Amino acid sequence: MRIPCPICGERDRREFYYQGDALALNRPDPDAGDVVWNDYIHNRDNSAGVTRDLWHHEAGCSNWLVVTRNTVTHEVLGAELASMVKGEQG
Amino acid sequence: MRLSDYGQIDRGNAISFRFDGKTYGGFQGDTLASALLANDVRLVARSFKYHRPRGILSAGSEEPNAIVTVGSGVHQDPNVRATVQEIYNGFEANSQNRWPSLKHDLLSVNDLMAPFLSAGFYYKTFMWPRAFWEKLYEPVIRRAAGLGALSEKPNEDTYERAYAHCDVLVIGAGPAGLWAAYQLAQTGLDVILADEDFRMGGRLNSEADQIGGKPAADWAADMVAQLDQMDNVRLMTRTTVTGAYDGGTYGAVERVSHHMNDRGGDRPLETFWRIHAKRAVLAAGALERTIGFSNNDRPGIMQAGAARSYLHRYGVATGKRVVVFGNNDNAFRTAHDLSAAGVEIAAYVDARADATIDGDFPIYRGTQVTDTKGRLGLSSVQITDGGRNHNIAADCLAVSGGWNPTVHMTCHMNGRPTWDETIASFVPTAGSIPGMSVAGSAAGHMSTSACFESAQDIAARVAGDLGTATPADPLPTAEHAAYAIEPLWAVPGKARAWLDYQNDVTVKDIKQAAQENFRSVEHMKRYTTQGMATDQGKNSNVAALALLADATGRGIPETGTTTFRPPYSPVAIAAMGGEARGTGFAPERFTTSHAVAKDMAAPMIEAGLWYRPSYFPEHGETTWRQSCDREVMMVRENVGVCDVSTLGKIDIQGKDAAKLLDFIYTNMFSTLKVGRVRYGLMLREDGHVMDDGTTARLGENHYVMTTTTAAAGLVMRHLDFVTQCLHPEWDVSFISVTEQWAQFAVAGPKARDLLSNFVEDDISNDAFGFMQCGAMNVMGVPGRLFRISFSGEMGYEVAVPARYGESLFRLLIAKAKELGGGAYGMEALNVLRIEKGFITHAEIHGRTTVFDIGMERMISAKKDCIGKTAAARPGMVDPDRERFVGLKPVGTVKQLTAGAHLFNEGDAATRVNDQGYITSVGYSPTLGHFMGLGFLRNGPNRIGEHVKMVDHLRGVEAVCEVIDPVAFDPEGGRLRA
Repeated sequence: MRIPCPICGERDRREFYYQGDALALNRPDPDAGDVVWNDYIHNRDNSAGVTRDLWHHEAGCSNWLVVTRNTVTHEVLGAELASMVKGEQG
Repeated sequence: MRLSDYGQIDRGNAISFRFDGKTYGGFQGDTLASALLANDVRLVARSFKYHRPRGILSAGSEEPNAIVTVGSGVHQDPNVRATVQEIYNGFEANSQNRWPSLKHDLLSVNDLMAPFLSAGFYYKTFMWPRAFWEKLYEPVIRRAAGLGALSEKPNEDTYERAYAHCDVLVIGAGPAGLWAAYQLAQTGLDVILADEDFRMGGRLNSEADQIGGKPAADWAADMVAQLDQMDNVRLMTRTTVTGAYDGGTYGAVERVSHHMNDRGGDRPLETFWRIHAKRAVLAAGALERTIGFSNNDRPGIMQAGAARSYLHRYGVATGKRVVVFGNNDNAFRTAHDLSAAGVEIAAYVDARADATIDGDFPIYRGTQVTDTKGRLGLSSVQITDGGRNHNIAADCLAVSGGWNPTVHMTCHMNGRPTWDETIASFVPTAGSIPGMSVAGSAAGHMSTSACFESAQDIAARVAGDLGTATPADPLPTAEHAAYAIEPLWAVPGKARAWLDYQNDVTVKDIKQAAQENFRSVEHMKRYTTQGMATDQGKNSNVAALALLADATGRGIPETGTTTFRPPYSPVAIAAMGGEARGTGFAPERFTTSHAVAKDMAAPMIEAGLWYRPSYFPEHGETTWRQSCDREVMMVRENVGVCDVSTLGKIDIQGKDAAKLLDFIYTNMFSTLKVGRVRYGLMLREDGHVMDDGTTARLGENHYVMTTTTAAAGLVMRHLDFVTQCLHPEWDVSFISVTEQWAQFAVAGPKARDLLSNFVEDDISNDAFGFMQCGAMNVMGVPGRLFRISFSGEMGYEVAVPARYGESLFRLLIAKAKELGGGAYGMEALNVLRIEKGFITHAEIHGRTTVFDIGMERMISAKKDCIGKTAAARPGMVDPDRERFVGLKPVGTVKQLTAGAHLFNEGDAATRVNDQGYITSVGYSPTLGHFMGLGFLRNGPNRIGEHVKMVDHLRGVEAVCEVIDPVAFDPEGGRLRA
């Protein structure tokens, strides 16, 4: 598997640390309530198809990336800097 | 028998080698198989289950029969295919799975038992009594049935892993591979051409064809030479591409020195490659299949194509009187070519009644081979012609059931091949592997000219994909004979007809599987073990599933294939492991004091990738405990020095540095004064403790964080996450400076006396009190001093740039010795911190909450932080949770063990009664008894109670008193001294 790091170019997945769903970017407010927090911390969809998840370019530029990929075909569709994605979300 | 006018062997380079203890001659360019055949050796192996005499079936990596053991002792290499192994002077191989010898194998008695040993026999026969399976049946079967043996000594050969990148990977260097590579190479693209053989050319080296007016093998050699001249082409011989993986990644194994006299010497034995290619062209060719007929496994019976390989490539006649049997036009070539070489063709037998062939030897049309004779090698062939049997004396029977495109790799990502009626075989399904195209006979193109054509077309498309164009050279002229075939999977007969030679699977076994309702191809495979040997049934799978289709009344496409998985051919685990063993397994990180500690004979213990001294033995000490006890008392009474550089050090700067620290630590760091240090606790978002450590504020916007040794990488990644994924708007930067600073703990009542020899500044308690820090000149070197303690004693940590580490450590030790102190290691450090109830990752192991370790008051109410919300959930602060306590033995057993569980005194030591567990123990010379730290239900409210410690694993049981985890100097007067 290869991940196109926006900083370093396409690299082997061994350079990356896998975190999980990119919804980790959307940390709730402290008083958002149990349901929201449980969803944020624990509940994940296990979808067949396109997912967006977080990978850390640990053996590269140290950037967290949001990688869009297809869990069925294993196709990697793209990668963005997590900081840019978060910045756009505000 | 060697023929003088044939072959691509180097006759000027004679080679002497041994097989089963006997010396033979061969030439450079021979495989073991070709050299044995040249010496008229037909019997080379015994089969797996029935110990049937077996010979050489093929001339390639698909060989099921001729597997041998190469070398001996630690270099012993079992299950090597004689058809792939090149010989060299001094080469030695032995047959396997026979006793006492290949000719007189006592276990051939299994063959007489065959009626009882058919498919699934062990499922039925060895059922009762149940206990006998493990103790009797299985060991006996294992001994009787088998492959070669390992030396059972550590493997001393070297292997390595390597990586390669290219624009196009061309797999296979036959006509299609060579032509595709040549077309692509001329565009300037980076091309890797890999072939499993040691001589590129594929079938071109094994046929009498003319290409572009030259002998096919010469054309191939010229093409290889031309490619070799091109800077953008890398030729990899002896390299089998074994698997296709995601994103254009391919695995390949290169047999680097298996063919050399000093195999495994200066060079690795094998290299496992990971090749990344933007595009790949699979030109893996096709594999010939056999036909099932009675006794079709005798030595001397081989693939028709293999007989041509031995003739044209190795100059070997595979027999003196040869029968050729086939169902396709290709088989006829063998009869024709051998006849032209002067070998007597006793009969050409074609199963097709309408075969249009002509030759100067007896030809039988619409006829089948129905049986053979010859105990240790073929002596005659029985053919049935119009209901009448003839026996024809022959020492070689060349068989062709047709050719199967090598589709294996196209199925590695869950693709399934497509049945093609015209060639009666499976062809690759387009798009099975993203980025891979298939050319030549692997795609079902059965003539050489069709191979060239498809290669030309594929190369043009691949070049187009990569933004360039191939020159589209005129195609070389080559044979373009039609490939006519009439499927023939098995000939009816009374005796056993073999399909999978290596696993001894017969036509009858397949039918039996169907009868017993193992109708799915995957079930049939597992029931009969068809295709499960080291050759993976390369020349038998298609016939087996065709027979299954027939037996179950289904079509072949409907029956389908089993799943082809990597690797294409066997790969040694050692090759995949490569250099990752011994000290090559992981990088080693050494502190600046490493050499000094080694000089002091300190045994090292691994901490992550770091190596740290366990203790520093002194003269007369015979056990680690003696050293440890001494070092603990040395710190408590005088002074000790310990290298703590392995702790993670992260330099954090920026105007939002304080904000970041407030957010990742439970407690406040924005309120910390410059020149002060504070202990901090970090949580995961799920409320469990992640890490702890001290952070010093060196300036308004400048902090230095320390992490535990184990979690340094984790914390770094966490800081990256928080600052990139949660708060990219913060103005803060940080970098690991773990390796830039050497840092030493100086601890003990005489720590200040010791350090005052190294710094000019006033470090008295008033001037530099507990938890103070600052830049400090250390013997003329700009360093840092921190007044922190992990031992409970008056303690400092002094840091200097790493290049001064070793000399500072030496000087500190020397001075400490003058004060009755010295160096201390991890064992003493551990005891010192247990006495003080300081936690490590033994305690914050990922399942403990801030409440469990009794630090809930460290969660600041004034701010949010990572993990704060989750840490407040009711379950996380339940008083009945297993919570942090100290333990000391009070019964007759005085020993505590880490990992032991705690129970109420009267309860049975069972899981349901579990009250907690012990995480850390050490003998405390200060307190005079063992002390443990652990977690106990409602622990802090049970101080003074007795509990029972039970270590089921080590068989230790001890009565303990629950004590405060801070057993030594609970007021902390010593560290503030």
